[in-house]
Amino acid sequence: MLDIQVARRQGNFQVDAAFQTRNTGITALFGPSGAGKTSVINMVAGLSRPDRGRIVVGDRVLFDSDPGINRPPEKRSIGYIFQDGRLFPHLTARGNLTFGMKLTPRSQRFIGLDQVVGLLGIEHLLDRRPARLSGGEKQRVAIGRALLTSPRLLLMDEPLASLDLALKSEVIPFIGKLPTALSIPIIYVTHSIEEVLHLADDMVLMHCGKSVAAGEMPEIIHSPKFQEVIGRQEAFSMASMVVKIHDQSVGLTLLQGPVVCLKVPLMKCAVGEAIRVRIRARDVAIALEPPSKTSVQNILEATIEKVNLLDSSLVDVVLNVGFPLLAQVTIKAKNDLKLTVGQKVFALIKSMSILADGMNDISNPSCNFSCSSRIRATSPAGRRTNASV
Amino acid sequence: MGAFFLTALEVESLRLSLWVSGWAVVASLPAGIAVAWVLARLRFPGKVLLDGLVHLPLVLPPVVTGYTLLVIMGKNGILGSLLQKTIGLSFSFNWKGAALASAIMAFPLLVRAVRLSIETVDQGLEAAARTLGARPLRVFFTVTLPLIMPGVLAGVILCFARSLGEFGATITFVSNIPGETRTLPLALYTLTQVPGGEASALRLCIISVLLALMALVGSELMARRLHQRLKG
Repeated sequence: MLDIQVARRQGNFQVDAAFQTRNTGITALFGPSGAGKTSVINMVAGLSRPDRGRIVVGDRVLFDSDPGINRPPEKRSIGYIFQDGRLFPHLTARGNLTFGMKLTPRSQRFIGLDQVVGLLGIEHLLDRRPARLSGGEKQRVAIGRALLTSPRLLLMDEPLASLDLALKSEVIPFIGKLPTALSIPIIYVTHSIEEVLHLADDMVLMHCGKSVAAGEMPEIIHSPKFQEVIGRQEAFSMASMVVKIHDQSVGLTLLQGPVVCLKVPLMKCAVGEAIRVRIRARDVAIALEPPSKTSVQNILEATIEKVNLLDSSLVDVVLNVGFPLLAQVTIKAKNDLKLTVGQKVFALIKSMSILADGMNDISNPSCNFSCSSRIRATSPAGRRTNASV
Repeated sequence: MGAFFLTALEVESLRLSLWVSGWAVVASLPAGIAVAWVLARLRFPGKVLLDGLVHLPLVLPPVVTGYTLLVIMGKNGILGSLLQKTIGLSFSFNWKGAALASAIMAFPLLVRAVRLSIETVDQGLEAAARTLGARPLRVFFTVTLPLIMPGVLAGVILCFARSLGEFGATITFVSNIPGETRTLPLALYTLTQVPGGEASALRLCIISVLLALMALVGSELMARRLHQRLKG
């Protein structure tokens, strides 16, 4: 288990984070730019010193301000993958990969060069210098370099931020493979909701230097705090689904969820593949009776669990459709339909509004079915603006 | 025809010059890199003073530097007598003194070149090396030093070329002794002081120019190759 409690003052900015993570899987450290995410993992790695706090990885205390423990970075066994790669320009890819490996005692190594090279698909790059690697190739070598130190914890600081969409999709599958290939925890810093949905099991939410919520993904995604951070307009629900059938004749793919099925425009993913879908709250409509003649493909029976007033014109309605589904409607609509907690209603979702940010989506461009609308909906610039309001 | 051949005396002064300059570079390089690193990376009270001290030989009259050396490092100097007694190392009126004078005079040039290149090294790379398990000293030798090699090379060449031309501090500190401290510039100076030395002086003059030119061209070529290596 990871136990992290750190506080540090940087000029006028106070970083104050406290969270715990499980021993395996990817924990996303999520928040808008400038939320203090990188500061936190720099402290975990030992690159900067907290004013006070405690950092424990497994059974090893790496930092504790009370007894005055502060292990230097080289004694922490923490792999760090930087946003800008930071490959050594004077060494080849092979030289970069083995730099840390050679400094790790043989008895402590749990992964070898051949294994890492195979896992990341970098055989053909070994004799090149970083100047002759593409951005995505650099990041894969950087991941391999960190893995080869056989770390007890892997920190990734927006490893995809400097890559364009095509290069992102080149690197994402390799990151997705890590949790099953190694049984070490990974802390993944990002401000991208797509990346979180692709990769993360758990999530720590950072805002203005503070860690404001931590827990499993769906729990945090549906929490009001998360909506506050990403902006009310961008609020969404997520559900884990499995691709069930491709119906070529009508051009729809059927996704099987925990209770309900969802129809989405035809996808090219393999049947049986697990994906995560995202439905924005403002794309969900509510009806008291199932409309008989409508273009809306997904009409789900729902129970109202909560009705929260957002502002002078909007309300948030939390529906239970087998998973929590968030709907944003106007106060007038709420009054007209007399929506109350416990009421049985129908949730209407256009198939176009179900966004599959699942594992296979960006990583396999052929899987895109509403790519343009999705990119517009969640462009980082737009999200940042909303989050900082 | 004989005008194109060097006399034994000229060859000796050339050999001595190369020898003295070589030692000046070798002896001052570790200290030069260390001081450059301290000036580039550390913040401490009195840093301005250290910076000034290092650069002093650049602006002082060389005679002053040479005389100061004579006072401190000479046979009866504070440090000179101590070194003589403890490890039997003497700098007075021998080639070691000439090398010391050259090293001191060229030191600011070496430090400047190395310091500039240390300041351009991305400290993020050093932090990355730390997270990969390297202690600070190893980081320096495996990451920082290879990255500043072009700067070190430039510093070495500058230092060597400056040492070849060193005159004032040398003649003040260790005098002008044939075969011991009469380096190329000192020999040239001596030749201009006696009648009939013009041909000899001209030859030494040409050699000086050629040596300096070779050093500069050589350093440029090596810097290019190093740069090429970093570019892949």
